[in-house]
Amino acid sequence: MTLLSVRNLSTHYAGGRGTVRAVDDVSLTIEPGETVALVGESGCGKSSLGKSLMRLVEPTSGQVEFKGKDVTAMPARELRSLRRSIQMIFQDPFASLNPRQTIRTILTAPLKVHGVGDSKRRREIIESIIVQVGLPADSLDRYPHEFSGGQRQRIGIARALILQPELVVCDEPVSALDLSIQAQILNLLVEMKNKLSLSYLFVSHDLSVVRYFSDRVLVMYLGKIVESAPTAELWADPKHPYTRALLAAVPDPSRRKQAAPIAGDLPSPHNPPSGCRFHTRCPLATDLCRAQAPEHRLFGPAHAVACHHTN
Amino acid sequence: MTLTQSSIIPSKRLSAVHTDETEAAPPEQSKEWPFLHAPDALTQSSATVTKAGLRREVRIFLTNPNAIIGLVFLVTVIAVALAAPYLFPGDPLEMVARPFLWPGQNPAYPLGTDSMGRDVLAGIVHGARISLTVGIAATLIGLTIGVLVGAIAGYFGGVVDDVLVKLIEIFQTLPSFVLLVVLVAIAQPNVLTVTSAIGIITWPMVARLTRAEFRAIREKDYVLAARSLGYGHVRIVFREILPNALPPIIVTSSVMVAGAILMEAALSFMGLGDPNRVSWGSMIGAGRDVIRTAWYLTALPGLAIVFTVISLNLISDGLNDALNPRFSEERR
Repeated sequence: MTLLSVRNLSTHYAGGRGTVRAVDDVSLTIEPGETVALVGESGCGKSSLGKSLMRLVEPTSGQVEFKGKDVTAMPARELRSLRRSIQMIFQDPFASLNPRQTIRTILTAPLKVHGVGDSKRRREIIESIIVQVGLPADSLDRYPHEFSGGQRQRIGIARALILQPELVVCDEPVSALDLSIQAQILNLLVEMKNKLSLSYLFVSHDLSVVRYFSDRVLVMYLGKIVESAPTAELWADPKHPYTRALLAAVPDPSRRKQAAPIAGDLPSPHNPPSGCRFHTRCPLATDLCRAQAPEHRLFGPAHAVACHHTN
Repeated sequence: MTLTQSSIIPSKRLSAVHTDETEAAPPEQSKEWPFLHAPDALTQSSATVTKAGLRREVRIFLTNPNAIIGLVFLVTVIAVALAAPYLFPGDPLEMVARPFLWPGQNPAYPLGTDSMGRDVLAGIVHGARISLTVGIAATLIGLTIGVLVGAIAGYFGGVVDDVLVKLIEIFQTLPSFVLLVVLVAIAQPNVLTVTSAIGIITWPMVARLTRAEFRAIREKDYVLAARSLGYGHVRIVFREILPNALPPIIVTSSVMVAGAILMEAALSFMGLGDPNRVSWGSMIGAGRDVIRTAWYLTALPGLAIVFTVISLNLISDGLNDALNPRFSEERR
């Protein structure tokens, strides 16, 4: 059974300068055990999508189903118990841990709230998970500021995994870390996935990390998903002009010339372009693109592209 | 060294150095990770990180000479106030000697006597009890109401926030001292009513401050994490947000104690204090008529108020430095 299915999800923020359509009519599915990456430029709505499907931000319209249960219509009490199954790892390990709590408090609280075990059992659980994420057991009585960024991210991972979730939304979990630490954290995520049979929604703007990490990739542009394909297929045969431009922008020492950058900046999400949202920056844009938004079309079993000019 | 990320992270090579992290031995240089020289989380000693936390704040506070002076003076006042019944047994409102004894005239009454022959020193010592009790209790009342209202407004936002902010504004647009006088005049003036009235007029300031802190902290990732972990509102407000919102509230509360002492003195000066208890304000009020002939009757309790308020302000400054990490780093 599909673990998570999102249908026509939209999240709009009402602001002083008009409505921001951070997520606009997005549909996606995640199967058990799958790692799905969500890539795109900063400000394209990746994090908003991740947060809306957990209802940390209330979606404006659309439907989120987790194991067949409608999350969007769920009353608060039921939602709270569902939180056990969907967890989140945050981008900034310095902001995601409460500076006034010891690691022991940070890790014990979720167990207490969800009534897991008695105090002896809870102590066993946190002592085992802290070792599993690669920290010494004596870290428990320290405060977050006594740890480095990578160590804090390990604590964040321990917190996300302590309730044994089925789906973990990783919101750029390594982009705030040094490269060498990134590798350690990615390894930890992979190891935990295999051990606990997790599914990940991996939000990132770093394509090399995504290529290493994910089974399937969703490319997002201005609140819309423009292409979705299995990772290998996307790298071998990118269809959407935006995807091509993104992949070409990854530095490659074997390439002689600099890749041509994508022209222009991301248009304002207050007032997105008509028709295909990428037409202002697309080398292939025609009048059709300006007038009409493209539908997703399938090219191969799992490869969908929203572009008028793909064939 | 310039390395692209793709060379650091070879694709799909999932076997990892991580597996040997659970052992305390130094990590072996894995063949598959030729670029990885970083110290590992386990072997990197976390003991080298400075142990800080609450101790750091206490240390900064205790190395601030102004704060120490304030603290020492305030502790002395509190000790004297607590010891008042033993130092000066009996009612300080009793006549004990000839009126208008100047300070130093009679060694039995070092600060002299007032127009009714009451011991000024006994009055000041007993008056400290009232001033401190009212100051601290009124602050506690103001803090409790203010933190609750501010926390609810800042945390929930929306309509709840709009309504509570309007309520705060209603209280703030009324001239607070006039409101205080009216409140005390309606009720019988005694310690309880004076304290409650001061609490009622001071909570809006705390509420505004708390609301602002909560609105800022509400957006932090660790609060988002708490929500994603399914914590209830009460837990998020009191365990996650409030401890982080406290430093400015603590700083404000020491100023509030000073303000409450002044308000109580002002009320007593106007004769709206508890008539059966001596307080610094009522002593000043009683000395007002004879200020040209016996100015010490006004000056001595006045000095008691001034020094107590200054010491509270010094403590407040010291707390501000200690509890505001950015500020204290700049100073160092």
